[in-house]
Amino acid sequence: MITVNHYLVLSAILFALGTFGVLTRRNAIVIFMCIELMLNAVNLSFIALSHHLGNLDGQIFVFFVMTVAAAEAAVGLALMITFFRNRESIEVDDISMLKW
Amino acid sequence: MTAAIFYILSAAALLATLMAITRKNPVHAVIYLVHAFFALALIFFILGAPLVAAWEVIIYAGAIMVLFLFIIMMLELTPGEAARGPGWQRWAPVILLSGSIVVCTLLLMTAEPQAGPGGPNFYASPRDFGYGLFKEYALAVEIVSFQLLFAAVGAFYVGRGERTRRRARGDER
Repeated sequence: MITVNHYLVLSAILFALGTFGVLTRRNAIVIFMCIELMLNAVNLSFIALSHHLGNLDGQIFVFFVMTVAAAEAAVGLALMITFFRNRESIEVDDISMLKW
Repeated sequence: MTAAIFYILSAAALLATLMAITRKNPVHAVIYLVHAFFALALIFFILGAPLVAAWEVIIYAGAIMVLFLFIIMMLELTPGEAARGPGWQRWAPVILLSGSIVVCTLLLMTAEPQAGPGGPNFYASPRDFGYGLFKEYALAVEIVSFQLLFAAVGAFYVGRGERTRRRARGDER
């Protein structure tokens, strides 16, 4: 018998893996993909709780999360292209000018 | 039955995610992430959200990941050297993942779609979803559509080329 806890644990593990990827990888595009993965883990917990509570609102919020992810991917990848044009690189270590 | 499918799918999602965040080659990472999204879409289907499962495939795996793939190939970010080791070793994970996802899809197609485990017998048909979205959350839908428009304009502005920039300054011959 699978309870809602199973889905939430899976979601937490996926979120942790995404965080791990964001913190360890140096390629900005891979970091972006890890952020998409974290958004997906959140979607999974939304839908699991929507199923558990018998409420549709969780699925509707997944719709909004998806539109935010699409907008984020469009703007973020345009930023990557501009950065690559200026620096010939996509490593986050080269974007340290604003670092304190 | 559904429990076994859930365990297979979550194992596939975790394996695909682990492979995705450890690959050196970003194209391989994209391929593994697409597998993770397919597994998650099937889990959404088990949870009584068929429309969201379809979007997961169409928007995430279809649109966003292909956009990533285009950018990676456009900027030529793939490392030059070929992978070492025998061929089957490189192909084994991806064949294992795709095979398990295809088998789970076929099993779910033959099984009862409403028989989701855990919680009440909840199943949101696309009709219910549309009513909920456009009645209760109509204002939020408008705001999100504005956000997509702004994102498109912003992406165009940030990513415009040198020629467009010069023309905007007025010193184009």
